[in-house]
Amino acid sequence: MSEIALQTIDQVTVAMDFDRGAGQDVIVSRLVPYIAVQVPGRDGAEYERVARWVIDNLINVGSLDRGFRAIYGVLGSDGGYRRLSFDFKLLIEQVSAEGDVYLRASDEAINVLVGALDTDVESAQIAAEVKLENLIKRGRLSDAQLAAEQARYRTVQYAEVLRRKLDATRRDVRAVDWLHEVPDLIAEALTHIAARYRAENAILENIARARDEADDPDRKRRAAHLVDIVRDCIRRHTQLQARLQMAGEVFRTEQDRQQFSGPPQRATVDLFGQLLVPVLGLPIGEAGDATSAFFRCVAGAGPVIVPRLSNLVDMLLSPARERDPLGEPVPEPELAPLPDPDRFDPALWDLAEQLLDLPAVPRRLSGLLAEARTLDPDLPHLIALAALHAVSPAIGTAIRQSDQYVLLAVDDGQPLSDPQFGGADLLVCSAWLDLAEQSSVPAPRAPMVGSVTV
Amino acid sequence: MTDVIRLADAADAARLVALGLRPKQRPARDLLYADLVRRYQQDPLFEELVEAVAAGMGLAVLAVTAQSGAVLAAMTDSVFEVKIDDYARRTQLRDRQLEKTLHGLIHIAVAALAFPRPDDLASDTYVGRVVVDYVDQVVREACRKLEDRARAAEENHDPLEGAPALERAWRVYARRAEAASTRDGRQAANTTRAMISKALKFLTDQGFLHQMSEDGGGTFRTTSRYQIQVRELAADSAFDELLRLGVISTVSPTGTLRTSDEKKPESARV
Repeated sequence: MSEIALQTIDQVTVAMDFDRGAGQDVIVSRLVPYIAVQVPGRDGAEYERVARWVIDNLINVGSLDRGFRAIYGVLGSDGGYRRLSFDFKLLIEQVSAEGDVYLRASDEAINVLVGALDTDVESAQIAAEVKLENLIKRGRLSDAQLAAEQARYRTVQYAEVLRRKLDATRRDVRAVDWLHEVPDLIAEALTHIAARYRAENAILENIARARDEADDPDRKRRAAHLVDIVRDCIRRHTQLQARLQMAGEVFRTEQDRQQFSGPPQRATVDLFGQLLVPVLGLPIGEAGDATSAFFRCVAGAGPVIVPRLSNLVDMLLSPARERDPLGEPVPEPELAPLPDPDRFDPALWDLAEQLLDLPAVPRRLSGLLAEARTLDPDLPHLIALAALHAVSPAIGTAIRQSDQYVLLAVDDGQPLSDPQFGGADLLVCSAWLDLAEQSSVPAPRAPMVGSVTV
Repeated sequence: MTDVIRLADAADAARLVALGLRPKQRPARDLLYADLVRRYQQDPLFEELVEAVAAGMGLAVLAVTAQSGAVLAAMTDSVFEVKIDDYARRTQLRDRQLEKTLHGLIHIAVAALAFPRPDDLASDTYVGRVVVDYVDQVVREACRKLEDRARAAEENHDPLEGAPALERAWRVYARRAEAASTRDGRQAANTTRAMISKALKFLTDQGFLHQMSEDGGGTFRTTSRYQIQVRELAADSAFDELLRLGVISTVSPTGTLRTSDEKKPESARV
């Protein structure tokens, strides 16, 4: 289970990009193969259940905060022993713009993967890069892959930090130092991206060469995998860069809007600075007074419900409405597609079958058509189509269906003279199928060319 | 109106108060209401009468304007008071105090986002916009800053195991999940987003907000009633509570809702 848990965090981290994380279903489907390897030969639904169980436990579904709490002890400044609790989360559920809930890995979870607690993103990233380059030069690909994966985690982590900054920026531009701080920030981020882009392209070139030069298929495969990872890194950087450019635009619009707001008119409380932040800083037990006071005043006046005696009596005397907890049964509509209307009715098919039952002597199509015309005005059409179909009969299908005979039509060069149809006057005959030898008798002697034009 | 108060005047005064109790009623849509509002504004004696009637019922008249109608607030222990216990009724008994505080906190955050600067709260023409997503982000941002500050001061804010009430409010909020899906694919009710949605729906029912769209989990704009309510009463009363606790600092008129004093990414720690 712990291996699957690590794998889950890994999958969520890889799926995380700038905007959103991974849907639970996607992660489950990616986990199932790993679980299947651990315990082969079980039901697919069971693997899925296991995957969901692991995810639920990583989120810690069921607890109020959906997180974990560990108790640890320290010696306080006065020398006394105190037990403190440390809260953390592994997988976080968040809502996308479309309203779906998706998963992101917390920093703690990513750190578990990277194996380094509280690491500076920038320096850790540089270290990872240097290591990667060295490994590639020395041709140690398995280590290189590990390092490249670590670099990708770093990249994700870095994007996460920047995402938070940009979110904050987009939310409120009013009081941001537009003159120095924000342009500096964006410039730094862009420089960083440019450097990373160069480095990664160089690495990519190296690995691609390693991939092409390698003879060992295993090494070739691993190098190819590595190329994918680095490409993914580059993609993430491009995404980051696009975001940075957009942020500037948002700034300008917001600034324009803000410039035209008037001067202060009367003294009021700064809700954010003087209320929200101080309240957040209070111990939760004390904050209750202030929040209750605010709520009482902001909630306005609530209507009072006064029961009227006559209504009350009616209400009490009326029998309780029975309510099915499941609600009304939903009638299941029977949806069947409408059958295509038959071009020829069954009676006509019977007639055609009788007419085309020619076990002994082949007959000319012209004769068949003339006879059909006497029986029914629509019948010649069906006969002509059946004869046309019989020029190239589906013998294989007939054998599979264990049919006794197939209808066979052969063109011997005679032209058809008929008021309705033109083409070749086909010889039509029923051919018996010799199922024992898996072949049809008699074999057609004439070449199967010719047609009936309708 | 003469100096003598007649029965009809008392009835009119009570009618104005009654209309004020219907939050969705507007003077612009009701001729009688508009008449009463005008009378309140022009006739000092009628104004006094209305206030006396309201006070008798445990209500305070915050403002009477043609735009918002009569804005009333329930005084403490009035029958019209909406208690936070009723509002957060469905929570479990064990966490009642904590949940109540979080609900109240969210209401402050909604007001803070609707009126980010003191100017906005003061300006009668300002219309604030509130989005569910943004409320959550603003509070989390504030929590993060407080966390940074605590870390810079090298304080250990991990709470004592036996005394959860001493834990700082920002830690409780930051720890609460933003969203969570239940078994049947709905949003769980005790997440911050669900609580914010609840607060905004409640304020809409009270005639304080007006829903514009479903974007970002729900986008709302403020009404002048809400602005008056926050400005004239709520902010001050909560402010007084904080003054009592001695945790207030003075600020500049540009407000303090800002994000730029954070650390740069390269020095950010994860």
